Amino acid sequence: MSWEPVIGLEMHVQLKTRTKMFCRCESGYGAAENKRTCPVCLAHPGALPVPNARAIEWTIKLGLALGCEIAPRSTFHRKNYFYPDNPKGYQISQYDEPLCVGGSLDLPGSGGAARIGITRAHLEEDAAKNVHVGGAEGRITGSSSTLVDFNRGGTPLVEIVSEPDLRSAEDAKRFLQLLRQTVVELGISDAEMEKGSLRFDVNVSVRPAGSGELRTRTELKNMNSFAFAARGIEQEVRRQIEIYESGGQIEQETLHFDPAHESAPPLRSKEEAQDYRYFPEPDLVPVEPPPELVERLRAELPERPSVRLARLREHYGLSAYDAEVLNASPALVALFEGAVAAGAEAKPAANVLANQFAAAGIDPATVDPGELGKLIRARTKIPRSVFDEALAATGEPSFSAERYLGEAAISSSAELEPVVDRVLAANESQVLAFRAGKEGLLGFFVGQVMRETSGKANARIVSELVRRKLAE
Amino acid sequence: MSAVDTLRLTAEEGLALIERRELSGVELHAAYLEAIEKRDGELHAYLRTVERAEGDAVPIALKDLISTRGVETTAGSRILAGYRPLFDATVATRCREAGLPLLGKTNLDEFAMGSSTENSAYGPTRNPWDPERVPGGSSGGSAAAVAGGLAPWALGSDTGGSIKQPAALCGIVGLRPTYGTVSRYGIVAFASSLDQVGPMAKTVRDCALLYRIIAGRDPCDSTTVELPEAIELPRDEDLRGLRVGIPRELNEAEGVERGVSDAVTRAIELCRELGAEVGECELPRSVEYGLPCYYLIAPSEASSNLARYDGVRFGHRADGSGSIHELYERTRDEGFGDEPKRRIMLGTYALSAGYYEAYYGQAQKVRTVIRDEFAAALERFDVLLSPTSPTVAFPLGSRTENPLAMYLADVLTIPPNMAGLPGLSIPCGLSEGLPVGLQLIGRQFSENTLFRAGHALERALEFDFVPERLR
Repeated sequence: MSWEPVIGLEMHVQLKTRTKMFCRCESGYGAAENKRTCPVCLAHPGALPVPNARAIEWTIKLGLALGCEIAPRSTFHRKNYFYPDNPKGYQISQYDEPLCVGGSLDLPGSGGAARIGITRAHLEEDAAKNVHVGGAEGRITGSSSTLVDFNRGGTPLVEIVSEPDLRSAEDAKRFLQLLRQTVVELGISDAEMEKGSLRFDVNVSVRPAGSGELRTRTELKNMNSFAFAARGIEQEVRRQIEIYESGGQIEQETLHFDPAHESAPPLRSKEEAQDYRYFPEPDLVPVEPPPELVERLRAELPERPSVRLARLREHYGLSAYDAEVLNASPALVALFEGAVAAGAEAKPAANVLANQFAAAGIDPATVDPGELGKLIRARTKIPRSVFDEALAATGEPSFSAERYLGEAAISSSAELEPVVDRVLAANESQVLAFRAGKEGLLGFFVGQVMRETSGKANARIVSELVRRKLAE
Repeated sequence: MSAVDTLRLTAEEGLALIERRELSGVELHAAYLEAIEKRDGELHAYLRTVERAEGDAVPIALKDLISTRGVETTAGSRILAGYRPLFDATVATRCREAGLPLLGKTNLDEFAMGSSTENSAYGPTRNPWDPERVPGGSSGGSAAAVAGGLAPWALGSDTGGSIKQPAALCGIVGLRPTYGTVSRYGIVAFASSLDQVGPMAKTVRDCALLYRIIAGRDPCDSTTVELPEAIELPRDEDLRGLRVGIPRELNEAEGVERGVSDAVTRAIELCRELGAEVGECELPRSVEYGLPCYYLIAPSEASSNLARYDGVRFGHRADGSGSIHELYERTRDEGFGDEPKRRIMLGTYALSAGYYEAYYGQAQKVRTVIRDEFAAALERFDVLLSPTSPTVAFPLGSRTENPLAMYLADVLTIPPNMAGLPGLSIPCGLSEGLPVGLQLIGRQFSENTLFRAGHALERALEFDFVPERLR
């Protein structure tokens, strides 16, 4: 039997609002421990939460970017549990009435785009940070005491939950990247895993390929990169398949992925599942975003990376690789589209921008797309070295493609023929080998001609000449 | 200075004395401290007094769950012993801004959980009318302070009846305001969807004055709203044009003492004489289900609100080492008294998975039913009348062994509280030499109507608020 992975994701993103979710303490990194605190985020008696309007707007924005419906009325709930990083004894979160529901994100693939459902996106507050002292690497195991830094406590946090629509570890990874990019481009979060401003969990189950059932899933936590996530998923999928094939059952549990050992020891099983005793937060009134606000936020939305990616693939016919490299930067895509509009062909333009340009470290926003288009259009007509030189200069304000186009490549057969003859005569053994079938040597001959002409020869003409001569 | 009769002086009269410069705020403050010195040894209305405070108007006492910056605030609990807030509650700030110097912090049932002030970790308060009896609760300290001449006025808080019931038992006036009109910022929370701070004073006009100071939207409390109309000091001495409803179930409830019923009946009669239109109405479901629903919702919220007392950041922390959960357990076991523990357990149970819908969820639905039932009655009437408490002040210790009997003390105040409605309790006579309270219930934001009706009745009733044994 063949098995099919069923994967869903939960992503937590810290919003980079100036202040915290329910108090006016500054949010963000860099302050000394416990300096960004007040009676509200320290849960002093009588302190009350006041929601951060900006955080609500940004969550709505994210919901709109993910095609969600914005709930006309949404509520905050209390999620009750005891832990030192949770000073109130409850986290203010959203439960059955989240701000954003029912969206999707299109993940372009070779067989067309896969529509990955977004179940919901909701707003909550981040926990404080427990620092375990005396153990290895700040882990709780083996530590002798725990200190709490409340600076992070109360930072606005958006939780995005996907439907279990992903079917491979690779897709999960690409989905995570696209989702992250969406958040970053909205300007609402740094979404940096190293800083902890982006965290995610993955739910994994498998089923017989083609069946519609949803089997018991396990939750993978603590993955600190998208690559680890992909590896963790692959490994978990293998583990589940092995268990089913040997007649076993999967237990619902939370696994802590350890990249060093490629294993995921269980954190807690279903029996130990916490009862969070959710109930509506009585200190807050329901959030009822006025329709005008939602429409204003919708109008402010920049183009979504998923939409851009789909256009690069479908409209311009770019390869997955080129499209994704370009799509990583909206400015690069804009430059690409400008260059194409100025007459450059899409594929070479993408190739130049995705490979050479990106490596040159030029800010795409400083480049005139018209001039770049001209340069790319002429790229086969000028020597490679001149093209490279010109490309490196495109960021300069006075850049003009004309200046470089004058140095056209040697395309005249009459001019190139004697050079080709010279090269063939000087490399007899290679000529014999080519004629014996080693056609890969074509590049060698072309290269030699290029060297003789200081790179000014038109490679296409040279290669035609070489072929013809060797066929004689 | 000794000329000030703190037992008789109303806040309004005190303000007039200061305005006419016959007395300074400092002198008035000192006169009350002197009275406290003299009588509070017996009453134990205060947990602590403040020797010198900012402000040159009439001083005020605050229930000890109202945060006061730098002044210990315990909520009557051992778990907050020594806790000095870093900030003032909004109501404390507003009192200070109005120039009211702080006299001290008054005793209460631990975390406002109780109806007799016997649940205080710092010992019970006694009733100025009879020190062998309770002052009611949980704002028993504030009620006893005002009735005993130890404060011209005070702030209390009311969740299930904690302002109205002690006001009734001590023969003073207490207002539980419309939910959302007074900030809860800085109020040690018991049940957030029901807690409301309100004034306690000797007269209705004093209550109106104090309510005017503390009410109104507070940006620090999202559940507050701006008052739809300004608060007026009541002047009318008649009730012409007022429609008064008598909810049968609240007036004929089981356990209402004969003497209480008689005094309330006389007050209703007086309403007619003052020109009110009086009629009967019914609130069958509100009274039957009010109390049981309250005892699901309030403990549920309390179980969550009291989770922050974990010994990590402030207040009591148990000695010794061990895991974090052992620290929580020992701290909370040592710090909380029986009643908070009981309610934390009740609430935790009611919110648990599998029980939520049957208990908390169901109680919230019933709450809507209660709200609708009151709304219907208040379409026909401007004010509803009933006894505040089924009984007069009961002897200390008589109900401490029976929590259910204690819970019944609030059976008449809980239903309107569940509906978020304002309620005023005014003294309407004596039964067995002890004050009887009359509860006036109004529509949301109808405090002006309650003050008007309460003031007219107060004038006509001519109740002497000075306890007989102290005259």
